[in-house]
Amino acid sequence: MESKKMAIIATKGTLDWAYPPLILSSTAAALGYEVQVFCTFYGLSLLRKDLSGIRISPLANPAMPMPVPMPVFVQMLPGMEAMATMMMKNKMKAKGVASLEELRTLCLEAEVKFIACQMTVDLFEFKPSDFIDGIEFGGATTFLDFAGSADIQLYI
Amino acid sequence: MNFDKELDARGLNCPLPIIKTKKALNELSSGQVLRVTSTDSGSVKDMEAFAKQTGNELLQSGEEGGSYVFLIKKK
Repeated sequence: MESKKMAIIATKGTLDWAYPPLILSSTAAALGYEVQVFCTFYGLSLLRKDLSGIRISPLANPAMPMPVPMPVFVQMLPGMEAMATMMMKNKMKAKGVASLEELRTLCLEAEVKFIACQMTVDLFEFKPSDFIDGIEFGGATTFLDFAGSADIQLYI
Repeated sequence: MNFDKELDARGLNCPLPIIKTKKALNELSSGQVLRVTSTDSGSVKDMEAFAKQTGNELLQSGEEGGSYVFLIKKK
C-alpha cells in the first residue's frame, strides 16, 4: 500500500503559527505519511538554527487569552512582546507541550522534508549557514510537483 | 497482560505521546507488546486512530491510578 502524502506551505513566523506545521508534520510522519513542508516568507524562521526569534506579540491579537484584560495602549509598550512570549513558552513547558526545537528534531528524524524557499532566502538576504542542516532549497515548481499529488495540502 | 516494553508518556501533551509510541514500537519486533502510560486525555482517541491508521493493534485501553494505560501490539 502506497503511503499517503501531506504537503504543507508554511508562511508564518510567530509562535502561534509555528506550532501547527510542526505538530501536523511530526504526527503525520508518525502515522506513516510522506510529508514535505515548504517554508516561505516568515515560515523560513522555522528552519533557522536559532529559533529564539520566533515570538508572539499581544498587540492586535484579540484572540490571545490573557490573565488580565490588557488595553491596546499597554500591549504596545516596550517589553510586552518579550513578556507575552516568555509567558506562553513557560505555560507550554508547564503543560508538557513540546518545544519547537524538539518538534523539529522529531520531524527531521521522521524524514519530513523541509524545503526553504530560495526566492525568499535571496529576498531577505539570508545566508544558508543561518539555517539548520538537512534541509533543501527550492522553488514553487519543485514543491508543486509533490503537492499536486498529495492527499492533504495545507496552507499555514 | 504481558508486555515487552514500557513507555512512560505521562506529563507529555499532544503530539508527543503518539510520536514517542511510534518510536518505541520501532524498537520492537512484530508481535511484541508496548505498554504506554499517558496523562493526556486526548491520547485515548489518538491511540485508537494511531492503531487504525498504522495497523498496530490496540489490545487494551483503560485507566489506572489516574493515568491512561494502553497496550499496543506491533503488527
